[in-house]
Amino acid sequence: MSDQLELRLSGSGGQGLITAGIILAEAAIRDQKNAIQTQSYGPEARGGASKAEVIISNEAIDFPKVTIPNMTFALTQVAANKYISDVSKDGTVIVDDSIELPEGIVAKHIYKLPIIEAARNDVGKEIVANIIALGVIVELTKIVTKESLEAAIMARIPKGTETLNQMALQKGYELANQSK
Amino acid sequence: MNNPLVENYFRMDKLPHIWCPGCGHGIIMSAIARAIEKSGLDKDKVCIVSGIGCSSRAPGYMDFNTLHTTHGRALAFATGVKLANPELEVIVIAGDGDLSAIGGNHLIHAARRNINLTTICFNNNIYGMTGGQYSPTTATGDKGTTAPYGNIDRPFDITQLAAGAGATYAAKATVYHVNQLQKYIEAAIDHKGFSMVEAVSVCPTYYGRKNKKGSAVDMMNWLKDSFVDMKIAEKMPEKAVGKFIMGEYVNKVEPEYTELYDQVIERLKR
Amino acid sequence: MSKVIKFLQGNEACVEGALMAGMRFYSGYPITPSTEIAELSSEKLPKVGGKFIQMEDEIAGIAAAIGASLTGKKAMTATSGPGFSLKQENIGYATIAEIPLVVVNVQRGGPSTGLPTSPGQGDVMQAKWGTHGDHPVICLTPDSVKETFDLTIRAFNLAEKYRTPVILLTDEITGHMREKIEIPDVSELEIYNRIVPEAGDDYKAYHVDDGDIVPKMAPFGGGFRYHVTGLMHDETGFPSNSTQNADVLIKRLMGKIEDNKEDIITYEAYETEDAEYLILSYGGTARTAKAAVKKLRAEGIKVGLFRLITVWPFPEEQVRALSEQVKDILVAELNFGQIKLEVERVVKGNANVRLCGKANGEILTPEELIKAFKEVL
Repeated sequence: MSDQLELRLSGSGGQGLITAGIILAEAAIRDQKNAIQTQSYGPEARGGASKAEVIISNEAIDFPKVTIPNMTFALTQVAANKYISDVSKDGTVIVDDSIELPEGIVAKHIYKLPIIEAARNDVGKEIVANIIALGVIVELTKIVTKESLEAAIMARIPKGTETLNQMALQKGYELANQSK
Repeated sequence: MNNPLVENYFRMDKLPHIWCPGCGHGIIMSAIARAIEKSGLDKDKVCIVSGIGCSSRAPGYMDFNTLHTTHGRALAFATGVKLANPELEVIVIAGDGDLSAIGGNHLIHAARRNINLTTICFNNNIYGMTGGQYSPTTATGDKGTTAPYGNIDRPFDITQLAAGAGATYAAKATVYHVNQLQKYIEAAIDHKGFSMVEAVSVCPTYYGRKNKKGSAVDMMNWLKDSFVDMKIAEKMPEKAVGKFIMGEYVNKVEPEYTELYDQVIERLKR
Repeated sequence: MSKVIKFLQGNEACVEGALMAGMRFYSGYPITPSTEIAELSSEKLPKVGGKFIQMEDEIAGIAAAIGASLTGKKAMTATSGPGFSLKQENIGYATIAEIPLVVVNVQRGGPSTGLPTSPGQGDVMQAKWGTHGDHPVICLTPDSVKETFDLTIRAFNLAEKYRTPVILLTDEITGHMREKIEIPDVSELEIYNRIVPEAGDDYKAYHVDDGDIVPKMAPFGGGFRYHVTGLMHDETGFPSNSTQNADVLIKRLMGKIEDNKEDIITYEAYETEDAEYLILSYGGTARTAKAAVKKLRAEGIKVGLFRLITVWPFPEEQVRALSEQVKDILVAELNFGQIKLEVERVVKGNANVRLCGKANGEILTPEELIKAFKEVL
């Protein structure tokens, strides 16, 4: 159980973070690991903040919920206020740069990156912020291999959007590298 | 006593039926059998579904694939039978309470879907099996064991209810006007889409006694005098004053549900 | 044949399993947290020539499935809490009329509308006693996405074999969680189909032939014109008021399940061989229990997990045998002790029986369970 990684992605409904969580888990499975994904449902997921949680492990995963996340991620202020502060002390927090970090948050690495702005201005479609986020997360944390991530993205996205998503992913890697 | 219709379409060993002397339900049941004979249906491909109540005992006597279900749910079971095997001619027999009270939701939705079911409502304006409680078709002011001071509810016109919900065939006749009733049942069976025939019956035992309607014969005479054919009413409106109207309320062609579903399946094959 | 690896929700795995088992009819009504089962069925069934229909209410959802099963199709309906309450009358109908059917209940927090998007396990007793009158019940409960797939197939097999509705009791934990699942080729699976009578037989719809467990079942439209009723009936299928007939029928219905418990009951015994303590759990909560057992074992405590896979009929003999071996049984469930009561009944005082339960929409954590466990040490 010691090698188990627990992640939480959050944002507002419609930003595609649940899909991003599924893609991360599927990438882990492509890496021959076990993965579990859960998410918020109902009114919680519609308005306000929605979250996806992913657990990745080399062993069987018994308890399916995230307890102390190794990484938290947020795209909106509301989500950040609710879902990132319980990160493990030696963990990683990644948020959009529009977000003001909650007071007292402790983590080994904290990154604020212009994810939404990059989606809007550099890639040209805000809807791909979740794919940029995946690029950022994987480049910074290496939780899954890039090959598996790319394959998992390509298997999930609608046909005809491959180029757009590839651009978004590269943008994510780039943002992460600039921040290192 | 050899009657080919009875021998062909009924389970001889299950007769006589349980209905009271003077009950109108036997007339409707035999009209259904004659209509099935006229329509030339294969007995093996006919399924008769009922709920709970006096009328719902009819399928037990009839020699087809017969399904006696839970109270109010006949149309829901029948929808499953029909959609799963559209080859079957599915006929639903239901009382007024079964069909329009506890099963009212299924009636309006089966009608809305226009699924090819033929529903025959045995309307005796009362819950007979449980001993004479007022039903959704009991007239305002009439009595039942649960309306000892007179019913203050307004009654449903079940034919108009089905028509309003989208039935593509809806007709009404009485057990007195049995030839007309049989004609409508034949038309309903031949009709592709949701069809409903309201067969106005009589319950001398409970409804008649509670409301001082006299004998079974008196009640049949009351039907004769109280119902006017729609065509007559149209030509001579003065004859319809204060009367109930019987006839074909709706008869139209619209896409049928199981055929639409089969089209979806076909489309997906391409 | 190659295996396919997918990443699915429990609800999705249920539909995949159902299709492999031969489901060709689904009718139901949308309700959280089971709705994905309806959605995926609506997408997949017409592609294999099957039928899906969204009915006007929960009652119609099960009624239509029963009607479809009578035509020879394998049918399923799925629901959650309030809908399970509404389906109870017709579960009894399918039981007495012996109509194969799978009813899925993805449990949420109750009573009433309760907690629609949160897990619960408060329907285990309802699964047994929800419909009125004495009746047998088969009820299965999975703890993972893969097991949801497997048990859906098993639910269909048992429904066909014993001609009875089978309840697949999942919960919001396993229903909504996504997990890796290897989908086998259909050729690797054991699929059971109801026995149909030969044409020309002198068919008595409810007569059990020698060597059979249940009456042979003719499809409506197959040339056997017979009668089906929810009334007590004789072996021809027609209603009978005879108390003698009623006695024969109800005993046969109870007996066909009771006498075949060995075939029906499955369970997981994990680290129980040398166990001095036992945690008993089921469904999604059993995952918490397994995590707790692993941690306690790492501390050197001899504790095992008994996980119900078949809830009903209850694995009485197995639990009783373990109760003679262990000092203490801690039942972990998301209710206030429904299965704990059953365990107490079965162990007859052999071991101390305790509860770690709650019903507030949260799942039990391993830490909570370990804390409750350690109270006995």
